[in-house]
Formats: sequence, structure tokens, C-alpha cells
Amino acid sequence: MSGFLQQLINGLSIGSVYALMAVGYSLVYSIMNFSNFAHGGVIMIGSYIGFFAMTAFKMPFATAFCTAALGTGLLAVLIERIAYSPLRKRNAPFLYFIISAMGVSIFLENIIIASPIGPTFRTYPRVFGAEPFVVAGVNIGRLDVMMFVISTLSLIILVFIIEKTRTGMGIRASAYNLRASALMGVNTDRIILIVFGLGGLLAGIAGVLFGMKYTVYPQIGNITLKSFIAAVFGGLGSLPGAVIGSILLGIIETFTSGYLSSQFRDLIAFVLLIFILVVRPRGLMGKITEEKA
Amino acid sequence: MDWFYIKGILILSGINLMAVLGLSLLTGFTGLFSFGHAGFMAIGAYVTAMGTVKLGLPFAAALLLGAAGAALASFFIGRITLNLKGDYFCIATLGFGEAIRLILDNVQYFGGARGWPNLPRSTNFTIVVILNIIGIIILANLINSRHGRNFKAIREEELASQTIGINVFRYKMTALMISAAYAGVAGGLLGHYLGFLQPKMFQFIKSTELTITVIFGGLGSISGSVIGALVLTSLPELLRTFAIWRLVVYGAAVVFIMISRPQGLMGGYEIPVGKIFKKLFSRFAYGKKQAVGGGKQ
Repeated sequence: MSGFLQQLINGLSIGSVYALMAVGYSLVYSIMNFSNFAHGGVIMIGSYIGFFAMTAFKMPFATAFCTAALGTGLLAVLIERIAYSPLRKRNAPFLYFIISAMGVSIFLENIIIASPIGPTFRTYPRVFGAEPFVVAGVNIGRLDVMMFVISTLSLIILVFIIEKTRTGMGIRASAYNLRASALMGVNTDRIILIVFGLGGLLAGIAGVLFGMKYTVYPQIGNITLKSFIAAVFGGLGSLPGAVIGSILLGIIETFTSGYLSSQFRDLIAFVLLIFILVVRPRGLMGKITEEKA
Repeated sequence: MDWFYIKGILILSGINLMAVLGLSLLTGFTGLFSFGHAGFMAIGAYVTAMGTVKLGLPFAAALLLGAAGAALASFFIGRITLNLKGDYFCIATLGFGEAIRLILDNVQYFGGARGWPNLPRSTNFTIVVILNIIGIIILANLINSRHGRNFKAIREEELASQTIGINVFRYKMTALMISAAYAGVAGGLLGHYLGFLQPKMFQFIKSTELTITVIFGGLGSISGSVIGALVLTSLPELLRTFAIWRLVVYGAAVVFIMISRPQGLMGGYEIPVGKIFKKLFSRFAYGKKQAVGGGKQ
């Protein structure tokens, strides 16, 4: 029983970080209707910024954390300006966005490998202490708790921005219909930048948390394929869907590696993706996307 | 640079070209975007290797078997995914490609994740060139036939083609299966050129590379795909001297092409091979009608 609880808690903490990434994906998808494959690269950069802020610049954790989040927020905005906005101006088909995003992701990954940073694996310094909390005979890692708390807090703030502020209303309107909201006086260009910025902030946070949980290396961005599956699972373009999908995927993964074999963990994730796409393509709570003639 | 090295690069370009030709039919002419073609290459590669090593078939028969295997897999995948639209089809193919690789990782019969060494190295320059020429001729004839026009109609306007009586699902399925068969042949050639197979060779990034090549050459252009495959496979080799920076340049170049010339090199046009041949031949034989494959659409 305690083993079960242990797996459940691991799953929750991993799932909550998946949620940070999946929400970033979904935010962009809800407005631009394309899959931002550059998201993984942004997460990786965030992970590196956090690492070097803490080791080379000796910043305390909180400062390093904010630096990473702000850095990736800026990076995401920059990527939008350079790689997507010229396509947007031309009304290019969604595939060009995807290819452009892939180019960005190849670029980011390899510039880290080619730079003096290199392809080595690096370990974050320990921040939260090693000894786990013991609650009713279950060991809970401090890092796992912090991952869950930080992710949840970030998501709550995001929901507040989207639901309660004027900008959030603009985001919701643009997600519903980009052209109509532009006609109604929403500055959609600004909204898109803000959405990329928010996605970038979350990516930075996720990057730091993942770097702390595992290690930092140039291919860490590949983990976003998982969050992408989670976003599809929950329904592309739906934020609550992305969160629920991520948590479920996290739990399913930890249970697979705990009770079956860790070799099947990724396979299960992809099989789940295909199953969802076949049975219910719009996911748990996605919007219905019938192609209009 | 000696001939042996150049030949190696040309063989690799030819193998990539084989896969790119198939993808060109699917993406360039039918308008479906796949991020899972590395998976079909993997199936082709492993089935071909199974044919030569485990069943003792001759190489040609094994290649056919590999192509058939990939096409069969694509049939089942197409059955359940071809009804999905746009992004969702991309994601579904991505999922399948990765799933195929992860399954191969766990099949110990084929060596699992450690790979499958000591395959017969039957692929040589002549075989690659001949197969590519056959591939191009088949594709060019297909594109210029009634079926080819149906593919293009679906690419331009799916709903309208359905309305005028084109069986959209069947044509999409045909395009998918043919492209998978090409990818399967490419996979078989690759395995028997390197003499070694590993599921890692068929990662998601390989599928991306193929799609990027098709777009770089120009959607809806066979000669564009040929040039694209030759340039994009040999360029990184020529840039070996600054090895680690080449992928940085590659990534930046992809973005640059997308924002500056998204129609690719050829952008739907063909090098008029037929006309050039005609001109060349008309010097020698006046008035003789030439029927040359690979003409303009």
C-alpha cells in the first residue's frame, strides 16, 4: 500500500511539471492553431540558465529561478518575432510554422552542444535538502513536494491572469476567434506576444524543476514530447485539459515503470497518444475542431 | 577527397532520396504531412534484414518484402488516422513512428536496443542509382496520370474533390501506402549499406529531416525533391570541417527558408527533363517523337 502511495506521489509531482509544459503548448495552440515544437528548446535553455545562475553566478535559488523564467519568457517572445511572425503576416499554412519551430529547436539544441557548454550532463546543486518527509510511513522527497507546490502555484497565477485580467480576456477572445477579436479592437499582435511570453515563463520554471529532478543536458527538451502527448490527451487548446492530461500521464508513467518495466514507460505514453487520437481526437476536454469549408 | 568517400556520400544521398520521393508524393502532391516516415523506414529495414539473414532470400526479393511490409503497416495506420485533420494527422503519425521505434527497442529477436550487427553489405552504388531511376520514373508517370491529378486535386481542395466524386480516403490511402513502400525500400537499402541496424537510427528527428528535405526542394516538385535530397545529405558532409556547428547552421537555415522562400527551391516547378532530352535528340533525329519520363506536370 505504501508503495502504491509512493508511486502516486511521484506521478503527481512529475505530472505537475508536465502540466507546466503542456499548458505552454496548449496556450500557443489555442491561439495560433499549430504545435510549437520549439517549446522543448526553450525549456532546455531555461534549465541551463537556472543551472549557471546558481553555480557560476552563485545566486540564491529564488533569484536563479526568476532569472531562468524571465530569460525563457524573453527567448520565447524573440522566437515568435523571428521565426513565426513573418509567417503569420503571410497567412502561411500551419505546416510552415511547425517546420520553422523544428528549425528553432534544432538550432537551440545544437548551439548549446557547439558552444563551450558542450554536451556534458550537469547536476544541479541540492537546494531542498536530502532527507525526505515521512508521512504515515510513506517517504516523500522534498524536491517532489516543492515541484508540486511550485507548479501548482504557477498554474494558479496563470489561471488568475487568464480569467480575471483584461489581457486574459483578450487571450480568451483570441483563442475563440483570432480574426473577430482583432476586428473588435483586441491588439492580437500583442496578445500573441504575451501568450508566447507566458508560455516561455512556464517553460523556464519547468526547465529548472526538471533539471533539479534529473540532470541538465542539451537533449532535455525531448521531454516535451511527453507534455505534448499530455496536451493531446487532455484536448489541444484546452488549459484544464492540459493539466488533467499531464497529471494522468505522469501517474500512468510512474505506475508503468513501477509495476511493469521502465522500458515500457515511453511506449505506453505513445500508445496512449494513438489510442486517444483514434477514439477521441479532441481529447478529454478539447474544443471541437471541424474543418470548415 | 577520393572517389570512395564521394561514392559513400552519393549512396547515402540516394537512400535518402528514395524515402524523400515517397514522402514527396504524400506531402508535395497529396498535401498530407507525416512525421512518422522514419517508422516506415525502420519497418522496411528490419523486414528486409529478416529476409536476407533469417530467411535467406536474395537481396532484391528481401527489398520487395520490406517495401510490402512497410506498405502493409501504413495500411493499418492509415485506416485509423487518415480521417484526422491537419495537425492531428501529423501528431498521429509522429506517435506511430515513435511507437514503432520503441517496439523495435524491445524485440530481442532483432537485437533490441543494442542493434543488429553483421548484415550482408549488399547495397552498392549501382543498385541505389538504378532503384532511384525506377522510383523517379514510376512517380513521374503516376503524377502525370489521372490518379496524379486526383492527388493534386485533394491537395488543393479536399472538399471540392470529394464533391466531384474523387474517393478522397482511397486516394489518401494509396498515397500513404506508396510513400511507405518507398520509405521501406530506403530503409532496406540503408541497413544493407551500413551492415548494421539500430532502432535509434529511426528517431523522430529522421522523419523531420525527410519532411524538411521535401519542403526545401519545393512542395509538388519531383526534381525539387531530387535536388533537395542531394544537397541536404551532402552539405553536412562537405561541412564536416566545422562539424559541431553544422547542425546549428542547418537549424538556422530551415527557419530562414521558411520565412524567406517557403515554396522551396523549385516551388511546384519541374526541370523539364523531357524537353531537354527532346532538344538534345532532335539534333540527331529530326521529328522523332520522344516519350521520356520525368517531364513537367
